[in-house]
Amino acid sequence: MSSLILRTATRFVFPLLLLFSVFLLVRGHNEPGGGFAGGLVASAAFSLVVIAYGTDVARKSLRARPVSLIGAGLLVAAGSGLWALLRGEPFLTGQWTTIERFPGGPADLGTPLLFDIGVLLTVLGVVLNIVFSFAEEE
Amino acid sequence: MLIAVLSGFVLAAFAPWIHRLSPRASAWLLALLPLGLTGYFLGQAGAVAGGEPVRTFLPWVPSLGVNLSFSLDGLSLLFSLLITGVGALVVVYAGGYLEGNPQAGRFHAYILAFMASMLGVVLADNLLLLFVFWELTSVTSYLLIGFDHDRDKARKAALQALLVTGGGGLALLAGFLLMGDIGGSMEISGLSHRGEALRASPLYVPALLLVLLGAFTKSAQFPFHFWLPNAMEAPTPASAYLHAATMVKAGIYLLARLNPVLGDDPAWHVPVTVVGAATMLAGAWLALQQTYLKRLLAYSTVSALGALTMMLGIGTGPAITAAIVFLPAHALYKGSLFLVAGAVDHAAGERDVARLSGLARKMPVTAVAAVTAAASMAGLPPLTGFLAKENLLGAVSAAPAFRIAATVAVLLAGAAYVAIAYVVGVRPFAGAPRPTRIEPHEAPAALWIGPALLGILGLFGGILPGPFVPVLSAAVSAVLGWDYEVYLALWHGFDPMLILSAAAVAGGVGLCAARGRLLSLRARWGHLGALGPSSWYDAGMKQLTYLARTQTRLLQSGYLRTYLLTIVVATLAAAGFALLRGGGVPFAAPLSGARFYELCLAGLVLVAAGATVRSRSRLAAVASLGVVGYGIALIFILRGAPDLAMTQFIIETVTVVLFVLALHHLPPYSRISSRGSRARDAFVALLAGCLMAGFVLATTAGKRLPSISGYFAETSVPLAHGRNVVNVILVDFRGLDTLGEITVLAVAGIGAYALLKLRPGKGKTP
Amino acid sequence: METVLAVVVGGLYAAGIYLMLRRSLVKLLFGLALMSHAANLLIFTAAGFHGEAPPLVPEGSRALLPPYADPLPQALILTAIVISFAVLAFGLALFRRAYSEVGTDDLDQMKATDT
Repeated sequence: MSSLILRTATRFVFPLLLLFSVFLLVRGHNEPGGGFAGGLVASAAFSLVVIAYGTDVARKSLRARPVSLIGAGLLVAAGSGLWALLRGEPFLTGQWTTIERFPGGPADLGTPLLFDIGVLLTVLGVVLNIVFSFAEEE
Repeated sequence: MLIAVLSGFVLAAFAPWIHRLSPRASAWLLALLPLGLTGYFLGQAGAVAGGEPVRTFLPWVPSLGVNLSFSLDGLSLLFSLLITGVGALVVVYAGGYLEGNPQAGRFHAYILAFMASMLGVVLADNLLLLFVFWELTSVTSYLLIGFDHDRDKARKAALQALLVTGGGGLALLAGFLLMGDIGGSMEISGLSHRGEALRASPLYVPALLLVLLGAFTKSAQFPFHFWLPNAMEAPTPASAYLHAATMVKAGIYLLARLNPVLGDDPAWHVPVTVVGAATMLAGAWLALQQTYLKRLLAYSTVSALGALTMMLGIGTGPAITAAIVFLPAHALYKGSLFLVAGAVDHAAGERDVARLSGLARKMPVTAVAAVTAAASMAGLPPLTGFLAKENLLGAVSAAPAFRIAATVAVLLAGAAYVAIAYVVGVRPFAGAPRPTRIEPHEAPAALWIGPALLGILGLFGGILPGPFVPVLSAAVSAVLGWDYEVYLALWHGFDPMLILSAAAVAGGVGLCAARGRLLSLRARWGHLGALGPSSWYDAGMKQLTYLARTQTRLLQSGYLRTYLLTIVVATLAAAGFALLRGGGVPFAAPLSGARFYELCLAGLVLVAAGATVRSRSRLAAVASLGVVGYGIALIFILRGAPDLAMTQFIIETVTVVLFVLALHHLPPYSRISSRGSRARDAFVALLAGCLMAGFVLATTAGKRLPSISGYFAETSVPLAHGRNVVNVILVDFRGLDTLGEITVLAVAGIGAYALLKLRPGKGKTP
Repeated sequence: METVLAVVVGGLYAAGIYLMLRRSLVKLLFGLALMSHAANLLIFTAAGFHGEAPPLVPEGSRALLPPYADPLPQALILTAIVISFAVLAFGLALFRRAYSEVGTDDLDQMKATDT
């Protein structure tokens, strides 16, 4: 199923795709992107590894089990809402702080970013869970 | 008071565990709670008798008018004392009765939960709260009646009781909602002085009838009485508790409680009195024909419930007094007799009165308790039963209408009670001993302490009614809605009551003598019983299963296509009708604002969709499906939705990969449908497509409500620090929705994983 | 443009429903995929088109400058896309499992509940 060209290309494209995924996540609040898109790009990267090298390599490069990613994602997303609860505001109210001395100008940091990370992890976990299962069906 | 109610449920949850820890002492331990509650309620007696109800209030769902509001007045106090007092005795008794039964822990859990539910019913001040507890008593009694769940009869009786009382409960809920709607309050205390307004409303009669239906089914009034004797399948302690002292009196309680709200109207007096009288006579008549101890007692309970209902229907001061006095008197003697019946069954292994005789010598304590209770039932002085019967006779002979008929009815019932009391309480113990299945022996203390205490209380209350009068007065006042003084005395001179009372006893003696003939009569005409309400219930159940089977056969064909087709056609018909009635589909300016390449794109998507349908190979279909997805992604890009386009592109890619992984190396697919069904489906599908297109046009052309997007557009940056409004909506404004959505995602993902990965071993596959 | 997309939505629904009415489980899944596309496009179109600018607030500005594309349906559709993917994947897994247990993708032969 895999060719040399695909394997070589994967080796270059895979880190780029992962980087792109993080990029989409971080800028998602201001430009097109976000947790859903970021998670999908990352899962596309791992799916590519599945096609080129098989699921064993893909699982190894993922390091965590997809099911754990799903759990972690849901926990992070739900946990990001607890912050507001602690401050007596409704669940999931965004909490923001501004970091003045951020490289490249002041930046706003807030719990919605944490929430988006949860979304990314969940999407990645779900898609990879399914892709791995189907690929191992063979 | 909330704690008083809830503690029973909490203890019930731990009861099986406590029982496992110490199977011997558990019953005594568990009985401490009802005992403690009895003490608590006794402590409140002074305040309540003073005329001021004790109240607590805690909002639960205030928007729906549901509150955890409890109120303890005279009536509630009387019932609470009965429930917890008899409850304590029954728990102890059950410990002895079920000794060695591995399921005894479960029984204790049920009975405590039942006790708590019952307390909730009599203490709740909120109609909906009362309904919740009311249904809880139905559920817990279902569990108790069906306790021996491996016996077919017990299961059937349990289901019957649940269906009858549960059905009545639904009527009750409807009645409560109507009452709340008319009266503008869900609190009984709030409704009680709006009785005038309620009775003037056109919805008064429907509400009243619904409430009565609920009360009558619960209290086994004719023609719903049949479930009560069948419910004797329950273990005897449960029978004694549910069907003598507490649950069946929930209906009586409700009637009494709502008397100030709904009573004082012919629409109340007539049905309640007539149904009560009919139940009283029918119950007494049926009881006389029984030979099994528990069934005999059950029918006599039906009769007593009828008498109580009748008194509440008459509704005068003396009548209410009679009901309130008769209520504890009945609970004391009937509870005692039930427990005696259980002890006899336990000690001698027999339930048929014809086979029991001369047990007094072997079971002296039980015999004394039985005779005391029977004397009270027969209405002999100086027991509470005598006071109760005097009051009953006094009430009917002073009734506002049909005085003579009512008096005769009560006299007949009274005579029957004498006969029943003799058969149940005296016959098994008197005379020469007969051989029984087990060599009779005195029951253990746990089994006689209950009947003995109840008997002593019955005696004490008859001789010295004084201490009880304040509570009884408070209860009567609560039912009437105005202050009323109860006067009780064993002796008030030679008056007509005494003569009537003596006449009842004399009639009873006569009935005893004639009982043999009665039983032979029953042998001859017994088959007529098959025409009674119980058979209506059976026929109804049969019809119900028949209906279910027929409609299942018609609708549940097992063909997915048929279901889908039904859904699609039904939607087409309903939605299409609405669309056409709403003014049809506007076809203004079909191509306005569309660019050439957009038209091409639309064409491409349609062609690809067509190719998916027509394709003869799966992979080609997958490829066409991918084209559809990419085409739509392009439409998203052109119309200002880069986020959507990006997501759609990647998803489409992953989908295609998945399809290929899942579908390769399958045998080629064949056309299996016939040409006719294909044509039919195509027609339906095209029609549905046209309808959906019509909807889109109607929506886009019609007047629209102002969009809420303006809010997001303006507040996205200031409030949520984000410039991508779509993302801000997802992670901030509607974050909770997104959390729900990723949860769905996780469930689907794990589900797919489980389907593919988890396989039972070949040998274990069913 | 709304009219054109309305026709596309209708066509996708028709194709989707037709496929879902077939006896083959695989075709049913194809139909399901087409239906989800149709539904997404339906929401997208029904909101109407006011502008083609993506709903991104320009840097330095405090609010979106009209005309802009409506962000609300986009947010709805975004999650719908991902969820319909997951449901489709679940359907495919169901199909694989059913196929390996029953050995057919003919729904009429899967009628019995115990195989």
